[in-house]
Amino acid sequence: MKLSVGPLLYYWERAEVFEFYRALERAPVECVYLGEVVCAKRRALKQADWAAIAEDLAAAGKEVIFTTLALMEAESELAALARIVAGNVTIEANDMAAVQLAGGRPFIVGPHLNVYNGQTLRLFGALGARRWVAPLELDTAAIGELVGELPQGMECEVFAYGRMPLAFSARCFSARVRRTNKDDCGFVCAQDRDGLTVYTRDHKPLFALNGVQTQSAQVRNLIGCVDELEAIGVGMMRLSPHSNAAAPFTEVIEAFAQAVRGELAAQCPPSALPGGYCSGPVLEPGR
Amino acid sequence: MAERAAIELVCPAGSLPALHAAVDNGADAVYLGFRDGMNARNFPGLNFTAADARSGIEYAHGHGVRAFVALNVYPRPTRWAAATAAVDAAVAAGADALILADAGLLGYAAEKHPEVNRHLSVQASASNWRALEFYRERFGIRRAVLPRVLSVVQVQRVIERSAVEIEVFGFGSLCIMVEGRCALSAHVTGESPNTHGVCSPAHAVRWQELPSGRQARLNGVLIDEFAPGEAAGYPTLCKGRFEAHGSIMHALEEPTSLNVLEILPQLLAAGVRAIKVEGRQRSPAYVAQVTRALRAALDLCQRDPAGYRPRLAHAAALERLTEGHSQTLGAYSRPWQ
Repeated sequence: MKLSVGPLLYYWERAEVFEFYRALERAPVECVYLGEVVCAKRRALKQADWAAIAEDLAAAGKEVIFTTLALMEAESELAALARIVAGNVTIEANDMAAVQLAGGRPFIVGPHLNVYNGQTLRLFGALGARRWVAPLELDTAAIGELVGELPQGMECEVFAYGRMPLAFSARCFSARVRRTNKDDCGFVCAQDRDGLTVYTRDHKPLFALNGVQTQSAQVRNLIGCVDELEAIGVGMMRLSPHSNAAAPFTEVIEAFAQAVRGELAAQCPPSALPGGYCSGPVLEPGR
Repeated sequence: MAERAAIELVCPAGSLPALHAAVDNGADAVYLGFRDGMNARNFPGLNFTAADARSGIEYAHGHGVRAFVALNVYPRPTRWAAATAAVDAAVAAGADALILADAGLLGYAAEKHPEVNRHLSVQASASNWRALEFYRERFGIRRAVLPRVLSVVQVQRVIERSAVEIEVFGFGSLCIMVEGRCALSAHVTGESPNTHGVCSPAHAVRWQELPSGRQARLNGVLIDEFAPGEAAGYPTLCKGRFEAHGSIMHALEEPTSLNVLEILPQLLAAGVRAIKVEGRQRSPAYVAQVTRALRAALDLCQRDPAGYRPRLAHAAALERLTEGHSQTLGAYSRPWQ
């Protein structure tokens, strides 16, 4: 079982981003995803900055993948995508536009492309996909069914740790709850380093707002499922970044690395996020 | 029927009576699904048997109306055989087009039934011309339904760059997330549009009367509570009232309906080929009223786009049918975003 660090889904300050990836150079993960999935307006880091981070991570022995936007609407977003693809890097495609541009070269099928059966897996395989990140809503049993249909040369990656990215919208919710909108957002999402928790009216954490993305309030934590995932043929587990205020992220990585090495007692540090940990895609009733 | 409109009015048929209502009140096309859990309105008591579909499609064709069959969930391996059987059944029933989202199923339909039009479902989340080009090159899609995420200007840009006919939503319930990329319902109930063709399914809803008012729960999760006398809407997850940033609010969206009546000329000018009405779960009476009002408005607008003003009668008829008597232009209007 290999470990990856998924793309940073939140909008952090530039210096903080550099610091985060600097620390990953020594972390026990095989693969790091770089770039923006959520919002094209977030430009604290330029493409050259990402390229520099990529160079350092590659020098430290990491596989580096450039991720792409999940929701592409504007011509400028397609142009930015074309520039990423032209950079001779391996990309994670989260929209068919990315598949259309990168097809024929090796690429990763991101979690926001809809793959639910072997026919679709084989289609992407024929286009050059060498890894498939399972959709967030599939449970282990459903993922197992599909891993059995993976074409030769393609592996499966599972979102194993982090607040789950559940939905995207044209609307910016971080702006909406502050009584403004996307065009006048003032980058308010930067205030929520791990997303903004939404509670039910009986005070149970339900969602986390992250710009145009809605996440689960709960942090999915599959540290106890390494053997099970390995047994069904999953090749990589994705750890989705959060701030050290939620739990020291390097300790989370270390715990997963221990679990992969077979240390049964391996445990993540407790999460300080209001939703705590959960294990599956579905919220347990009554929470 | 009178002259066929240049812009098609595509109306929902959740049942044979609803299909008749749409045809009789001026739809240019109707769309329907089978009772097999393969389409995005997999609700109890809704949808068509193979025999009803055949009879409905015959009725439509007899009146010069086209019929599309929606097969727009993403079939899992255990449901693959049922999904391809549904494609074959839709063709056998005489469908003029198949509305599909799953790439694997599009491949099957293109290979097995190349002569039957393929429309890309809104559930395929194709929001830009490059994504549309992917589907056109590989599966020869003729038309695509755009997700409800683009402003009118963005719709126009897509149309300018795309060789695919564009259909957009014009009236009905409003998905505020990119269709096909929303797992909120999966997270709370285990069932979603992609996998089960449902969102916030009725079997997971519990109403509870309390002295303080009425609570609506979805799989145990409190979606909203209503004070005595306050109108209580269906607890769709994204229309719930929650606590966010220090206040109780509709954090994602209010209960509201999409209505494009006032921007019909802009949609026409953008080059939209068809206007879709949401609502296969609605009654035949609802379908009749929406179809009649939009038919009249579209005819008016196409005769004289520059002079078009929404007629009060059409606006009032549609307003009555909106959720919570509230309507919106949704993402067509930038400030909404």
